[in-house]
Amino acid sequence: MTLTEEKLKKIETLEEATIRFAGDSGDGMQLTGGQFTNATAIVGNDLSTLPDFPAEIRAPAGSLAGVSGFQIHFSSKDIHTPGDALDVLVAMNPAALKANLRDLKPGGMLIVNTNAFTETNLKKAGYDKNPLDDGLNQKYQVFSIEISRLTQLALEEMKLPGKIVDRSKNLFALGLMYWLYTRPMEKTIEWLKKKFGDKPEILEANLKVLKAGYHFGETTESFISHYEIKQAKIIPGKYRNITGNEATVLGMLAASQLTGLTIFLGSYPITPASDILHELSKYKHFGIRTFQAEDEIAAVGAAIGASFAGGLGVTTTSGPGVCLKSEFINLAVKTELPLIICDIQRGGPSTGLPTKTEQGDLLQAMFGRNSESPIPIVAAATPGDCFDTMLEAVRLSVKYMTPVFFMSDGYLANGSEPWKIPQIYELPKIEVKFRTEKNGFYPYLRDEKTLARSWVKPGEAGLEHVISGLETEQNTGKISYDPTNHDAMIKIRAERIARIANDIPDIKPIFGEIKGDLLILGWGSTLGSIDAATEKLLEKGYKVTNAHLRHLNPFPKNLESFLKNFKKVLIPEVNLGQLRMLIRAKYLIDAQGLNIVGGQPLKVNAIIELAEKLLK
Amino acid sequence: MAITEQSKYTKADFESANDVRWCPGCGDYAILSAVQSVMPTLGIPKEKFVFVSGIGCSSRFPHYMNCYGFHTIHGRALTVATGVKSINPDLSVWVITGDGDGLSIGGNHFMHAIRRNQDMKILLFNNKIYGLTKGQYSPTSELGKKTKSTPFGSIDNPINPASIAIASGATFVARTVDKNVKHMMDILKRAAAHKGTAFIEIYQNCLVFNDDAFVDYTEKEIKDDHSIYLESGKPLVFGKTHDKAIKLNGFHPEIINLSNGNLKEALVHDEKTEDRALAYVLGQMGVENEGLPVVFGVLRDIAQPTYQERLLEQEKEAKEKKPKANLEQVLNAGDTWVVS
Repeated sequence: MTLTEEKLKKIETLEEATIRFAGDSGDGMQLTGGQFTNATAIVGNDLSTLPDFPAEIRAPAGSLAGVSGFQIHFSSKDIHTPGDALDVLVAMNPAALKANLRDLKPGGMLIVNTNAFTETNLKKAGYDKNPLDDGLNQKYQVFSIEISRLTQLALEEMKLPGKIVDRSKNLFALGLMYWLYTRPMEKTIEWLKKKFGDKPEILEANLKVLKAGYHFGETTESFISHYEIKQAKIIPGKYRNITGNEATVLGMLAASQLTGLTIFLGSYPITPASDILHELSKYKHFGIRTFQAEDEIAAVGAAIGASFAGGLGVTTTSGPGVCLKSEFINLAVKTELPLIICDIQRGGPSTGLPTKTEQGDLLQAMFGRNSESPIPIVAAATPGDCFDTMLEAVRLSVKYMTPVFFMSDGYLANGSEPWKIPQIYELPKIEVKFRTEKNGFYPYLRDEKTLARSWVKPGEAGLEHVISGLETEQNTGKISYDPTNHDAMIKIRAERIARIANDIPDIKPIFGEIKGDLLILGWGSTLGSIDAATEKLLEKGYKVTNAHLRHLNPFPKNLESFLKNFKKVLIPEVNLGQLRMLIRAKYLIDAQGLNIVGGQPLKVNAIIELAEKLLK
Repeated sequence: MAITEQSKYTKADFESANDVRWCPGCGDYAILSAVQSVMPTLGIPKEKFVFVSGIGCSSRFPHYMNCYGFHTIHGRALTVATGVKSINPDLSVWVITGDGDGLSIGGNHFMHAIRRNQDMKILLFNNKIYGLTKGQYSPTSELGKKTKSTPFGSIDNPINPASIAIASGATFVARTVDKNVKHMMDILKRAAAHKGTAFIEIYQNCLVFNDDAFVDYTEKEIKDDHSIYLESGKPLVFGKTHDKAIKLNGFHPEIINLSNGNLKEALVHDEKTEDRALAYVLGQMGVENEGLPVVFGVLRDIAQPTYQERLLEQEKEAKEKKPKANLEQVLNAGDTWVVS
């Protein structure tokens, strides 16, 4: 296609857009969204994505349970979230329309594949009559397009089986959206060539359909203009698009390189953490050892064994897996061994909403074990932040000889953002010491400053010792049931973790001043929504500030004085107020909560609304 | 594994300074002593031994050994041992477990460690009772067994450790008994020499909660009529005067009298046979089918790559394929773009 052809229609410049592809889980919506994301990244927009797919692998075609969606928010400005409401909804069938229409802005563009609006499909989606004939166009700009038929027409000459033809209709939608938002198709063409290099017929069909969608936008009379979104002002550097799970894996890989430790990942498949196991397993050539265990318990047990042997044990899971692992995690607490527990939180309780997000496990990480068993907790705030947070988890774990909880969630795990690739020299130094000195050795002798015991590799002559889940005598590590000793050990374990507060950065405002009327405090994946809300509130002239906790246990040393500089504190969370409970208990501050637990990230507007109410 | 002079150590080198807290007369003492006696003969540096245990009377074992040890949680020793051995395959890893720890709460791990042929020794002390929790029935307790938790007798069918091990594909399976220390030491040495999972079931008397559970195999007057000590390549002959043997009738072992010179009918043991059927028949004798003697010795000892050998092999291949891989390259992989 030539440049002149492209310019036939008017191009309007927008600041930002939020679009969602929705269809059957077999319609390739995740793939379509992923391709659109790559093309958008290349254009230089800031972006944030939210894949939303069903727990069922292939729910019956056309059913509401089988609707899969992919949302992307892209902008010429710095953005923080995948967007509250949609400018464009692409609905490939009635079920996709029904499940997603409520998120489309009034006046937004609704692009539907009318061929899929058959009587059967309408019935499956629970429509009594065709919603397209039911006044939808009074509220939205409806574009009824025969996507299936146009795809067939594009491929008519190729005489391909109907199934293959039908499967490529998502590329028609993708091509059309490329035209609508003037994205380059080259990356997708390259990708298709790579993917179907050995199936020339399918490659040709896919390219034809993709281009057909693009040309359709250009030639049809329905679209009067199309849009462009200029490059965002982003910090200079080299970027790639990254999901939270990918960044978590790269964090582990970097930690292994920085520490010189062999990473041993013990894991058991569980949504939404499994991708970490899949991805990390590819790095055998880096000496990474991964183990798909027989269950969650064996996974963490093997990781603890690895740490005892001088490797770095890591286990990845979600809330239900943490339940199973908790006895073992406490063994690592008692034996004071490094261990990284990655909890990629999902909707609960019980099996809950496996593919949806939640922040419901904070108190589980904090308290979900018998007795006094403190564990440092760090939480990632964005997909890319999973990388830095993982490095921090490893640093604390090996320095303080303790298990550490690394918290992520379904939204971060699968969501993506442009990530500025760090230079190797920018990465933190993580020092690891193994004791080899025999003189005066006891397993529970402690470093004066950190209170950490020394790490010894079995195989080191003269340092043979036994560690145990039984209570042990201070210093010597012998089994001890002495009451004074137990009281002392309980307090030493608590003190060791509390001292980490001296070794982590102070909390600081992100937007706003260090004093004010309202502080919006968050942790984990709510950062984007809170940032966006705070920016808007500041624009409106409120004295509002937001801050975000990476360290949930222990808290930064200055947190109490920081909180007390604000008249009110609001803590938005995708749970019923777990951080709020900790803050209230610890600092006796009457923090308010915004708690919507819908399996989705918090909406910016919900935060703004409550904040304005509190500010009145 | 580095081999040092065999004479370097004595039994005392493997004895820890900790007081042994088992009940006086417990079968565990004999096992501890046998293990401590065998260690110096193996030619392995002391610091390379790691003893891993779960929870139960037997699991106190690592505290009494003067080498690296990890006393973990109930039923899970095999998982910890898997991690230890996978990080440092150079270590000699010994797992100490019991019938409750290994087969009840830890039953899942038992099966999976064995099927993977994890390169470690598993010493299962079978006393057919829960000792540390003071006398409940265990998964190996016999049907009808009256215990604190089964005052009317157990209604659970027991399981046979050897059968599970063989069904899981164990490459080494042996059985011995606490009172026969010499035999136990021989079996420990055989297990030490095996590459892959070496499973030993040790009949161990709990004189407080289940005394005389194995009296048939330990009491001088009767033991020879109830036990067969296996030797590969030799017929299964037993009895005080070596007057009886086992013959196979189809799949069923039966006792024959040797007085009429029919020794050639007797079943001949072959521990190296790949097929699991023979070991399975042997392991069941006297345990799952009554009226037959129980076999002691090595039921099965076959060669198969270990989990750790496969792990290292795969890692080596991966490194050879991508010798120049580095972190920077991985961080910069995929579609990237530069913002200036």
